[in-house]
Amino acid sequence: MIEVGTVLPTKVFYLDRALLKSYADASGDQNPIHQSEEFAISVGLPNVIAHGMLTMALTGKYVTDWAGNTAAMKEFSARFIKPVIVPAGEKVDLTITATVVEVEGHRIKLDLSATSAGVKVLGMAKAVVEK
Amino acid sequence: MINPDSVGRTFTGADLVTVTQSEIDSFAAVIGESDTSVASPTFSIRISLSQYENILTQSEIGVDWTRLVHGDQKFEIFRPIIAGDVLKCSATIETLRVAAGNEIISVRSDLHNASELVVSSWSTLVVRG
Repeated sequence: MIEVGTVLPTKVFYLDRALLKSYADASGDQNPIHQSEEFAISVGLPNVIAHGMLTMALTGKYVTDWAGNTAAMKEFSARFIKPVIVPAGEKVDLTITATVVEVEGHRIKLDLSATSAGVKVLGMAKAVVEK
Repeated sequence: MINPDSVGRTFTGADLVTVTQSEIDSFAAVIGESDTSVASPTFSIRISLSQYENILTQSEIGVDWTRLVHGDQKFEIFRPIIAGDVLKCSATIETLRVAAGNEIISVRSDLHNASELVVSSWSTLVVRG
């Protein structure tokens, strides 16, 4: 039984430079801040950062896995409040959980939480699925 | 500075974008999705961001794409995108404001397959000053 207040199981994804390169190729977003440390630092970032949309894509995967259907997502939104920093040679976590905030028949609204290295990276993250 | 006259204007992508199974597969592979019968929920950003880049960097609007960061994103998915969809893209510049020396642009993208609206999305793009 899915009811308001239900907390969904936490899932951890791991991001590394190779994943950022794959996402750049698959999405067409070749901004060098996601691939070149030298460039990232030159524009004032602490290191290479993940594409906000990669973070969101993985969060979407968390949601559709829970819903049991890739086609379940109806609405999906998030603010990119802090970057996911991906140093060379490291795998960094993206830890996702969710709470059910509305249930209307088959339509379920989730509040999502996404952190990396203990820092909240998505704000106001919400999804509506049909399950 | 971005040309303020561009606010409220809708631009239609010149080209129709045909979605291929191989694009859906590559995107799914990155996030570990094995179901590729439909595109992943955020797949459409691939199309919208490229349209935004084409439109917003035109000299009459004047966005410097190299100074751009993504502020927020919202999708409304009427049905999943599938291989073979031929998508016509329109982008509307909804608002433009300046805060703390940054230009903040809200843009909306509607993707139609023939007359059917498939996905609407909203992006806030921040051009760092």
